[in-house]
Amino acid sequence: MYEFDYQRPASLADAVSALQSAEDGQLLAGGHTLLPTLKQRLARPSDLIDISSIGELRGIAVDGDTITVGATTTHAEVEGSEAVRSAIPALADLAGMIGDPQVRHRGTIGGSIANNDPAADYPGAVLGLGATVVTNKREITADDFFLGLFETALAEDEIITAVRFSKPEKACYMKFAQPASRFSLVGAFVAKTSGGVRVAVTGAGQEGVFRVTEMEAALDANFSADAIANIAVPDDNLNSDIHGSAEYRAHLIGVMAKRAIAGCG
Amino acid sequence: MPVTVSMTVNGKAVSGEVEPRTLLVQFIRENLKLTGTHVGCDTSQCGACVVHIDGTSVKSCTVLAMQAEGSEVNTIESLATNDELHPMQAAFRENHGLQCGFCTPGMVMSAVDLVKENPDPSEQEIREWLEGNICRCTGYHNIVKSIKAGAEAMRS
Repeated sequence: MYEFDYQRPASLADAVSALQSAEDGQLLAGGHTLLPTLKQRLARPSDLIDISSIGELRGIAVDGDTITVGATTTHAEVEGSEAVRSAIPALADLAGMIGDPQVRHRGTIGGSIANNDPAADYPGAVLGLGATVVTNKREITADDFFLGLFETALAEDEIITAVRFSKPEKACYMKFAQPASRFSLVGAFVAKTSGGVRVAVTGAGQEGVFRVTEMEAALDANFSADAIANIAVPDDNLNSDIHGSAEYRAHLIGVMAKRAIAGCG
Repeated sequence: MPVTVSMTVNGKAVSGEVEPRTLLVQFIRENLKLTGTHVGCDTSQCGACVVHIDGTSVKSCTVLAMQAEGSEVNTIESLATNDELHPMQAAFRENHGLQCGFCTPGMVMSAVDLVKENPDPSEQEIREWLEGNICRCTGYHNIVKSIKAGAEAMRS
């Protein structure tokens, strides 16, 4: 790691001003993406601004059919939350599929989506459920939030404070994990929501998470695995690497989406 | 620029001068000379560095010492009391839950945390929990047996 200064602001307002005044500040929550990145010297921030002890950013709140997950809530907390499990079991299941238990004890939802790794799991849930990303400045719909490979709509001094999910009619996430890293080679999140069916795919796209609108339209008409049996996802913009070719990933999208539909019950 | 970090390690208040980029595992091993916590992969995969922060198992190679400021940290050295092994350590010895022993401190710390959350884990649950603990000798069979026995001993 290159050298940096470490700051631990006590409030969101202090974190924003620390971020604004730092030469090249970087937020730190669980650090389970950032620290490995720094160890590889892929980034050189001047300051790490640790937001993990800001109480207002952490925790799970339920209001009717809305679940709000604070940005620094860990994967283990989401996985173990009775409230999440009863309202959106697919979200608790997904959190439990990330990394391993020790990683889930530190990694956070805000960190995951701010990083927008193309193989991360959470972007699948956030886009698949049509969630809303709440920041210190505004609210951003999932469709507007994920812009591409490691790119989001967040401004330089913008901090995610929470992610707001609406309870779907049903939802399921199915992940084909890369056997060594356990990142998703392909993950399909299927949700039947009041606004229609949403199918989000993570792990496969060169530009990160994306929706498969052709599948959504077919599933709106007939919510069954058969409805998408003949829909082929083009492999033009899919990742191709030693773990799987674009063609293989394209095939897996169909397989995982069908499993997710079956998993919706 | 060195900074001062303070925390409680194995029940004792400690502090030290570190660089902000110092990892918790470095602080534990190099400043405190508690070398039971190992560094295996240094990439948060192998779990040789597992310690407990405020009662929860974490990989100390992926936590800055400064992030543990004010926390209660427990390492493998915290388990035995008055020369008597912790039931989980005793179970690893009894069941030959180790080969070269390098991964053992992390395995034991991870196992103790599992039993805290799930006092009677099934073999499947133990194997799933060990997702983040790698044994390069591939000695998993006896490690799983040890944890099963250790959990039973911790219950009684």
